[in-house]
Amino acid sequence: MDLPVVVKDVHKAYGKVQALSGLSFEVKPGELFGFIGPDGAGKTTLFRILTTLLIPDSGTALVEGLDVVKDYKAIRRIAGYMPGRFSLYQDLTVEENLNFFAGIFQTTVKENYHLIEDIYKQIEPFKNRPAGKLSGGMKQKLALSCALIHKPKVLFLDEPTTGVDAVSRTEFWDMLKRLQQLGITILVSTPYMDEASLCDRVALIQQGKLMDIDTPQAIIDKLPGRMFAISSSKMYAILLELQKYNRALSAYPFGDSVHLHVIDTTFKTSDLESYLSEKGHSGYEIKEINAGIEDCFMYLMEKHPAHA
Amino acid sequence: MPENETSVDVRETIIYVRDLVKRFGHFVANDHLSFDVYKGEIFGFLGANGAGKTTAIRILCGLSSPTSGQINVGGFDAYLETEKIKKNIGYMSQKFSLYEDLTVEENFTFYGGVYGLSRKQIKEKTTLLLTRLDLLEERKTVLKALPLGWKQKLAFCVAIMHDPKIVFLDEPTGGVDPITRRQFWDLIYEASHNGITVFVTTHYMDEAEYCERVTIMVDGRIDALDTPANLKAKYTASSMNEVFLRLARTAKATGE
Repeated sequence: MDLPVVVKDVHKAYGKVQALSGLSFEVKPGELFGFIGPDGAGKTTLFRILTTLLIPDSGTALVEGLDVVKDYKAIRRIAGYMPGRFSLYQDLTVEENLNFFAGIFQTTVKENYHLIEDIYKQIEPFKNRPAGKLSGGMKQKLALSCALIHKPKVLFLDEPTTGVDAVSRTEFWDMLKRLQQLGITILVSTPYMDEASLCDRVALIQQGKLMDIDTPQAIIDKLPGRMFAISSSKMYAILLELQKYNRALSAYPFGDSVHLHVIDTTFKTSDLESYLSEKGHSGYEIKEINAGIEDCFMYLMEKHPAHA
Repeated sequence: MPENETSVDVRETIIYVRDLVKRFGHFVANDHLSFDVYKGEIFGFLGANGAGKTTAIRILCGLSSPTSGQINVGGFDAYLETEKIKKNIGYMSQKFSLYEDLTVEENFTFYGGVYGLSRKQIKEKTTLLLTRLDLLEERKTVLKALPLGWKQKLAFCVAIMHDPKIVFLDEPTGGVDPITRRQFWDLIYEASHNGITVFVTTHYMDEAEYCERVTIMVDGRIDALDTPANLKAKYTASSMNEVFLRLARTAKATGE
């Protein structure tokens, strides 16, 4: 059986800008696979190559065993694609858009309605409204319905949750989990680090290179050293102090605390306590914590400096 | 991450809003909003998509007039003195920042000119801000050749080059990598430390924790306004993300 996606040493440049510098990875059947990285990391370029909309400069990419260059027509029949920018017909209604997409894939809405039912139900009350007049969350649901209506084997979602509020983001991921249960392989990209934990495996991507690929937990387990969260009533002052602390690898603000990454194996919490009291700090709290994907991402970014 | 106030001094109000209502036809985008923003404060303005944040920001920037209510921004009336408001604020968003085809320096010169700075002032400010960002060597570089994170930091500096009383930041860090996002917040702290009031929207809930006070808008209304610590205590939540989810989930589902 062919793997849903196999990418080998793919390069793509736009003029002097190297968008993808030798990407290789595989996605397993039925996986919910995440590409986590900021804008400009190369996520969109990769998705356009996999959906046969761009040709790589070198390397090979296969979707369900089909080559993205030679077999592009066959891939288009089995891939669903939701681009980052809303790309449906703004002046067609919700229902017209859906019928249109079903039509060009030579199927009907009725035939695959079970796939989209959960999602489409939520926008059905507005089915006669032009797509351009929908809210962001509704547009997102319609775009996902249109990407699903031909029953794709592999679904490519390019930053579906960018600019979407925390509530709609949570709902969207719930929808993806249900689609995964129907056997669809899903590749999704996101700049939100906290969404990594919702994927089976993730690739951390930065400047056209993969920094790591693994399960979210394995990536966290690989992070060397220990992580501490320090909170205080004088957060900004303590942050500046911790950034100067030479026993720590890094100190970054993280919500209501500062995350201090320590690799030095001889380090003891009491060392930090004496450093901070020497600097005149009191009333702070030090807690050893489990690192998250964002901690790992920043660690890897510093290990592979940008523009190098 | 605000410093806790040790003295209970009366703070100067820089944005005064009472019963702000904005209607579009039958739709009420802002439904009796009331709040004060204090001088030098980092004020977080949160809410789900469609809750009415952008409408309120447009009114506070003097770009749209309110239907009713009393609104004063930086000492100027939001009905009668919109031009004065515009001169005294800075604005930056992820969608609108700088001109991609101009160089770094040309962007500073253009915006400095728009805000009425003299050639000498523009030169001084440009050098000062680019030195701060460690980007002096890039001053002749065309903007589109720079990474997104650098552009966003430059856009922020341009937005405050005329020393505005208030700077409005509409999702300034969307899509930016986690390290640059934190460097961006360093700039926000500095600006606030220098007395500029920062009015900021974000979808990153960890950033909500960095604000002195936070409002959460739901369906055109302000459902919560307090320090992050007090909001977490009130909603027995461990993070601002939980507070946000609890409040925003009550929003009625509409097609708008």
